[in-house]
Amino acid sequence: MKIELTVNARRRSVEVSPDDYLVDTLKKLGYKSVRRGCDTTSCGVCTVLVDGDPIPSCAFLSVRADQRAVTTVEGIPETASALAEEFGQTGADQCGFCNPGIALTVHAMQEKESDTDDETIRRHLVGHLCRCTGYQSQHEAIKAYLGDEK
Amino acid sequence: MKFKTYRRVESLDEAYQLLQEDRKNMVVAGGGWLKMSSRTLETAIDLSALGLDRIVAGEDTIEIGSMTPLSAIEADSGIAALASGILSQAAGAVMGLSFRNLATVGGSVVGKYGFSDVLTPLLAMGAELDFYGEGRISLEAFLKKKGRTADILKSVIVPRSLGPGYFKKVRKTRLDFAALNLAVVTTQRGYRIAVGSRPSAATLGEEAMEILNSADTIDEATIEKAARAVASLKYGDNPRASKAYREHVAYVYTKRAIEEVRDCED
Ligand SMILES: Cc1cc2nc3c(=O)[nH]c(=O)nc-3n(C[C@H](O)[C@H](O)[C@H](O)COP(=O)(O)OP(=O)(O)OC[C@H]3O[C@@H](n4cnc5c(N)ncnc54)[C@H](O)[C@@H]3O)c2cc1C
Repeated sequence: MKIELTVNARRRSVEVSPDDYLVDTLKKLGYKSVRRGCDTTSCGVCTVLVDGDPIPSCAFLSVRADQRAVTTVEGIPETASALAEEFGQTGADQCGFCNPGIALTVHAMQEKESDTDDETIRRHLVGHLCRCTGYQSQHEAIKAYLGDEK
Repeated sequence: MKFKTYRRVESLDEAYQLLQEDRKNMVVAGGGWLKMSSRTLETAIDLSALGLDRIVAGEDTIEIGSMTPLSAIEADSGIAALASGILSQAAGAVMGLSFRNLATVGGSVVGKYGFSDVLTPLLAMGAELDFYGEGRISLEAFLKKKGRTADILKSVIVPRSLGPGYFKKVRKTRLDFAALNLAVVTTQRGYRIAVGSRPSAATLGEEAMEILNSADTIDEATIEKAARAVASLKYGDNPRASKAYREHVAYVYTKRAIEEVRDCED
């Protein structure tokens, strides 16, 4: 089946099988930031945005992305580099495997929430597992990033 | 999960006919749970073109389309205003936000998962289901039915005439399945209590409801009796918790729930 989608504001057309998942289709299209983690929707590593909402791309069928807008971390360069700066400052950046998913979730949260207090940040980050940092340094980095953005 | 063909149906009838044709044709809603299955299906039936992802507030009920994602239930202000927001709390207690953008209420109901957090408050609230073939049926009756559901769920209907409610998901970590979940609601006919993740699917605490609804006052002795009745429902062991642990937390949280709901009503 052929699907047409927009990835990071660029129109793409791609042949997929009915049971292909978006994580694999995006990798096939060359978006290297999209990673397979637990493959059971539990870790957040494969998160991408579909029409602005975070979804686990390991469980999202590629056919469902037809005529929709997908964003990977390559599509949010400003958020990603500003967050990376803060992650470096707080020591939140270690192996980096979970960073793209977190950056996309923070980006979506900023678009949707008028108040990004501690509780809101925590609520959005549930489901992003990180085996290096223990979460506090990431939380501080995100707060600093959001503070700078205001 | 593997499947050979994918059909984005244009009508409920087309979906229904496909389901009748072959046991290996299945509705794929969010696909969250089906993804975990190693089965090979013939045809995946996609309902997403049918406008079943809406929440419609009527005068007496709120109708939740079967394709509504759990995140939309969590965010809906009408649902948050029902029974102290127990359904919003339960939807929000499932995994992380990105998963809740995917998983639907229809998949949660038709799957009849023992661990489901959403079924428990829906059962306590006295929800009804609207199927394309069978028409309306109470969730209570649906949960008692055995075997495969060869029908299309259109929506879940929740009554609006509810008093205060209480919901608790007992779990070890934020992303875990419940060791037990419990919901208590006051309705026009009195208290309704549902317990899920026993580890089998949600059931009503009928004896406890009878104790509460026939009492003149909800005093400490009545609450104690009702909590004992809930603790004597059928529980079992699984990796999340033992039978004994489940009995104990069912007792403790039933007491808390009734006290809280009673005090809200006063
Ligand atoms: C890792 C993981 C953790 C989870 N943790 C929790 C948790 O803690 N608490 C909780 O409550 N839930 C949990 N869930 C379950 C989740 O909330 C959903 O219930 C589940 O994913 C099913 O919803 P879905 O939309 O993905 O349905 P699908 O997986 O697409 O479908 C599930 C079943 O329902 C059928 N179906 C779906 N819609 C219809 C319809 N309209 N008509 C007829 N049949 C239909 C399908 O054919 C299938 O049999 C978890 C799931 C996963 C994968």
